Amino acid sequence: MRKTMLESLTRGPLTEPPPAPDQAALAELAGLVRAAAETRLGRSLSIRQVDAGSCNACELEIHALANAFYDLERFGLRFVASPRHADVLLVTGPVTKNMREALERTYDATPDPKWVVAVGGCAADGGVFRGSYACVGGVKDVIPVDLHIPGCPPSPTALLKGLLALLQHVSGESGTRLMRQ
Amino acid sequence: MSLLDGIPHRAPLPSHHPWLRAIVGEEGWQAAIGDLVAGQTTLLGFWGEPDAVHMALLAGETNEIAVVSLECSDGSFPSVALAHPPALRLERTIHDLFGLTAKGAGDTRPWLDHGAWGGRFPLGKQKRSSAGKAAPYRFLPAEGEALHQIAVGPVHAGIIEPGHFRFSANGEHVVRLEQRLGYVHKGIEAMLAGASLDQAARLACRTSGDSTVAYAYAFARAVEAALQRDAPPRGHYLRALMAEIERLANHFGDIGAICNDASFALMHAQTGILRERCLRAADAAFGHRLMMDVIVPGGVARDVAPGGVAQMRQLVAEIRKAFPRLIELYDNTASLQDRTVTTGIVRAEYARQFGAGGPVGRASGRAFDARRSVGYAPYDQLSFEVPVLDAGDVNARVWIRIREVEQSLGLIDQILDRLPQGEIRIPVTPSGEVCEGMALVEAFRGDVLVWVRLDGDGRVARCHLRDASWFQWPLLEAAIEHNIVADFPLCNKSFNCSYAGSDL
Repeated sequence: MRKTMLESLTRGPLTEPPPAPDQAALAELAGLVRAAAETRLGRSLSIRQVDAGSCNACELEIHALANAFYDLERFGLRFVASPRHADVLLVTGPVTKNMREALERTYDATPDPKWVVAVGGCAADGGVFRGSYACVGGVKDVIPVDLHIPGCPPSPTALLKGLLALLQHVSGESGTRLMRQ
Repeated sequence: MSLLDGIPHRAPLPSHHPWLRAIVGEEGWQAAIGDLVAGQTTLLGFWGEPDAVHMALLAGETNEIAVVSLECSDGSFPSVALAHPPALRLERTIHDLFGLTAKGAGDTRPWLDHGAWGGRFPLGKQKRSSAGKAAPYRFLPAEGEALHQIAVGPVHAGIIEPGHFRFSANGEHVVRLEQRLGYVHKGIEAMLAGASLDQAARLACRTSGDSTVAYAYAFARAVEAALQRDAPPRGHYLRALMAEIERLANHFGDIGAICNDASFALMHAQTGILRERCLRAADAAFGHRLMMDVIVPGGVARDVAPGGVAQMRQLVAEIRKAFPRLIELYDNTASLQDRTVTTGIVRAEYARQFGAGGPVGRASGRAFDARRSVGYAPYDQLSFEVPVLDAGDVNARVWIRIREVEQSLGLIDQILDRLPQGEIRIPVTPSGEVCEGMALVEAFRGDVLVWVRLDGDGRVARCHLRDASWFQWPLLEAAIEHNIVADFPLCNKSFNCSYAGSDL
């Protein structure tokens, strides 16, 4: 264990990406997200993820945001265990009818001000499951949505991009609301 | 002796491939149940149609497979679960979706139907409107002076899928765990009926996203079996390459997540790096991090990108360099072993009875791996071992995954060495007649079964997808008994059953 930890300390961080094209895009995004988060949110935005019927591919990529390459927490963005601690709900899936009530109750349990980000093609309009007897069809049909992040599933880079867009949205529409908190 | 010998049946249907499907009467149905109870066969699958039920059976010693079908002219069939508990959730599902009644069944509570669909029996002959608000779900009782209940979910604390767990505990010790699932039921089988092959393949890919390659693989093989076609050799090898990358990525994720739930974050961080490297290599080689929609009936939709093979080799080299040290780390950390050894034991007899596949079964002595036990191209030409352990605890399930990572690396070497040149896909043309096919493919968590009936125009008439989780979830209820509540996340992660895959 010592060897692994020492190496982790002495070796350059993985978060300094090699200059592949998507890596460069990521580095650029990372800088932008950091600046926006610091100035507008004081380095703190708590995210609660809700699976409302996803196939679990979106969850895998949301998980990846926490790995050494994307390291979401360096921006002050973090996942929390309860909607009561959250500023943002990150919702995936075509909202199955069996999850509708749970999603509504999660939304109600999230304190204001709050924002909802619908992640993936299903969360936008039901995706490939649109029209099923068991699905509502899109997150916006159940709770108000501030932003959609497209993709099936969206890559971690696309998710980062989306969170940046959210920060801009927050400042444009209700940034002052947040300042008053 | 053949599997169907002891089961009175009519002549097997000529349009079903590659295994036999025979129609049985009640006598044959009961004989098939008798074989299951006696342990001569294992229940591979159990699914319905508006007026029939089907059971896929696996013979214990020969690994022979056959399907028996019973027509339900009066809307009912003799309960399988009454004598053979592994059938229970599938039987309740058949009732929820088709309205067929299991005669003599002890547990007739709904499973997928939470009373929210606005109707009942969505796939049945006669759809019914709901009878108003659904009755509250009755959990099984646990009685005793000091017992208390803990209700968890459907929305959990982590980034995981939704499901409800009802613990009855005596202090810290779990006396009973009951799962209630169905929250992510999307009606996939209803959408598959009438779908074109392209649409159906996309739906199959989105049944359980972590096994998207395995589902596409199984669906494609089932369609090819029905149409009596075979993908070109290069297609077979590319499919196996993707399947092994998917296995690696998921096993890294699981090994890390299990250790993380024992508060050993270092392992989680390290395996997270390896998982990400797998996904990036997959993206570079096949244009999608999870390799979704690449395997299609007839072969694969796109060839490996230029340089993709070299990247795969580099990936294998990187893993070979980093992984041994992580194994050592796991093996030498006593505080971690203290949490995983003897925790959440799955008894071998349960693994056998339930036909538990994947690391759950193989950590409890059940040596079943569809790649070997059933065998399909190109695995029948590749050399690999199927690791099996007997301890049945969290530790054993970690070790099975570690050993399987090593086997997958060896398989990828062989696949890259032998990758044939040539076509990657053949056109899949409708046969003009109704035909049926079935396939079993080994996903990282166990065998995925796909059964499909195509109409004469090459559209899907009926398709059933069965995740390995169906036969693993119930064992988690048994494994957690007498463990402490705090060890539940650890046990749960060591199973890593799919909610989406079994809710459908």
